[in-house]
Amino acid sequence: MTDFSKLNITSALLGLKNKDFKSVELTEYFINQIDKKDSLNCFITKTFDKAIDMAKRSDEKITKNQELGLLEGIPIGMKDLFCTKDIRTTAGSKILNSFIPFYESTVSKNLWDSGAVLLGKTNMDEFAMGSANTTSFFGNVINPLKSKNNDKDLVPGGSSGGSASSVAAGLCLAATGSDTGGSIRQPASFCGLVGLKPTYGRCSRFGMVAFASSLDQAGPISLTVEDSARMLQSMVSYDSKDSTSSKKKIENFLNYKKYDLKGKKIGVPKEYLIDGLNAEIKKAWDLGISWFKSVGSEIVEVSLPNTDSALPTYYIIAPAEASANLARYDGIRYGFRAEEKSDLTQLYEETRAQGFGKEVKRRLMIGTYVLSAGYYDAYYLKALKVRKLISDDFLKAFKKCDLILTPTTPNVAFPIGEKQTDPIEMYLNDVLTVPASLAGLPAISVSASLNSDSLPIGLQIIGKPFEESSILSAASVIEDSRGF
Amino acid sequence: MSIDNSTVKKVAKLARIKIDPKEEHNLKCELNNILEWVDKLQKVDTKNTEPMLSVSNEPMPLREDNVTSKIENDQILSNAPEKKAGFFVVPKVVE
Repeated sequence: MTDFSKLNITSALLGLKNKDFKSVELTEYFINQIDKKDSLNCFITKTFDKAIDMAKRSDEKITKNQELGLLEGIPIGMKDLFCTKDIRTTAGSKILNSFIPFYESTVSKNLWDSGAVLLGKTNMDEFAMGSANTTSFFGNVINPLKSKNNDKDLVPGGSSGGSASSVAAGLCLAATGSDTGGSIRQPASFCGLVGLKPTYGRCSRFGMVAFASSLDQAGPISLTVEDSARMLQSMVSYDSKDSTSSKKKIENFLNYKKYDLKGKKIGVPKEYLIDGLNAEIKKAWDLGISWFKSVGSEIVEVSLPNTDSALPTYYIIAPAEASANLARYDGIRYGFRAEEKSDLTQLYEETRAQGFGKEVKRRLMIGTYVLSAGYYDAYYLKALKVRKLISDDFLKAFKKCDLILTPTTPNVAFPIGEKQTDPIEMYLNDVLTVPASLAGLPAISVSASLNSDSLPIGLQIIGKPFEESSILSAASVIEDSRGF
Repeated sequence: MSIDNSTVKKVAKLARIKIDPKEEHNLKCELNNILEWVDKLQKVDTKNTEPMLSVSNEPMPLREDNVTSKIENDQILSNAPEKKAGFFVVPKVVE
């Protein structure tokens, strides 16, 4: 009898192939676990009937020895901003509380074509705006991990908090996330998982509820690096429905180990040693450096001089794009509509006042302000120029090195309720993940060690554009060296 | 640059979000804190820097102007809060 709680995607696929168990049995196990751990609040919508149907179809294919997909019969969670045909898609917002798409996002379609089984839509910060999964209309998500020194409930990180928490709690074998400024990597780090944000353009944005279109990228959250590669392979595609979708050749990411770290140059940016970087995280970073040395990589110091401008740049560009993207929520074509409707303007204003949460409204106000007449040049245009400087910093650094190694977050998972009074304090969570987002670069977070409270510490590897295999390979060095 | 209550009202109007007068003061302070924080970008020298308008270096392709999917009227209206005779219903906008 297989212990389902010990499985990852790779071992589950082997079990299915060897007919040790059926996908339906595996799916029933996870359904049971989701119900048992309902208090973590990982799922907004559960799709158990559909899951059983999908699992049965995979079992049939396996029994009949038909050609199998890369994720045939593997139960996963889907972040609730991927539109799923005939299944409610909320983006964590009241304004989309009853929205049922009649089309499928390209990323989710690719996953179903690969044989993945949908257990449900995972909870998230409203419109992906948050770093602790505390802004969801459907309530906050709880991290299944706890400090060994106290019993407080911790945040899972955000915005893909439901995805990370569900994978860490063993409620699914992997989940999708989306990353605008760190929303895959930061929760993966807080939950002890692998989170990968591909190069901008790798995954189609078609059918993803838009937050900031020049930054949004889909990616996987998984237990292992190999699982991450397999999920990524299934998610990516060129898509004519997304004008920024890349036509670059898609390599076989599962061959990532062919990228040999021996002799490769690992860049360590001194600017990432920020004030407020937790001492234990600094230690984990040093440990990571020593692991790369021991596999024969060369460590080089690199400089990313505009790092401290990245977060303010992000908090101009992302809200600006959001204010344009979220203009569509008008209470007329879909979503929530307020009762008051004596005239059109009142209908818009009331619908949006009641339909959006506090953080979303705050960012829409900022975004509208920085784009408004008289302030556009001073804020938005300025931010676009600084974004160019940040992107150029990486180009220069990558002339001296092949990969960049940094911590993922300045701190580990914190108790629910903290960092709620000052928005900027919450924004600082993303200080180490935002620069790669602004430059559109692929980056992965992988758990490297545990702190003295036994909470996970993630390290981030940033790669050159479209070199996802290189960051996967580097992540596997950390995975193989950490000793757990 | 710091904003006052009337700017908060103006921006809320532009964003089509009704602001409770009781929230105005708090919102003004929060927005000013954020703006003050992002203001440090003004110190960055960008005299010779072009704005970054796209992350992608690939040309934007033009597609053939063909119908590639068929969407039914009913599907479009399926999520409408109010609909009538195949149309979205909005408050009266002309006298």
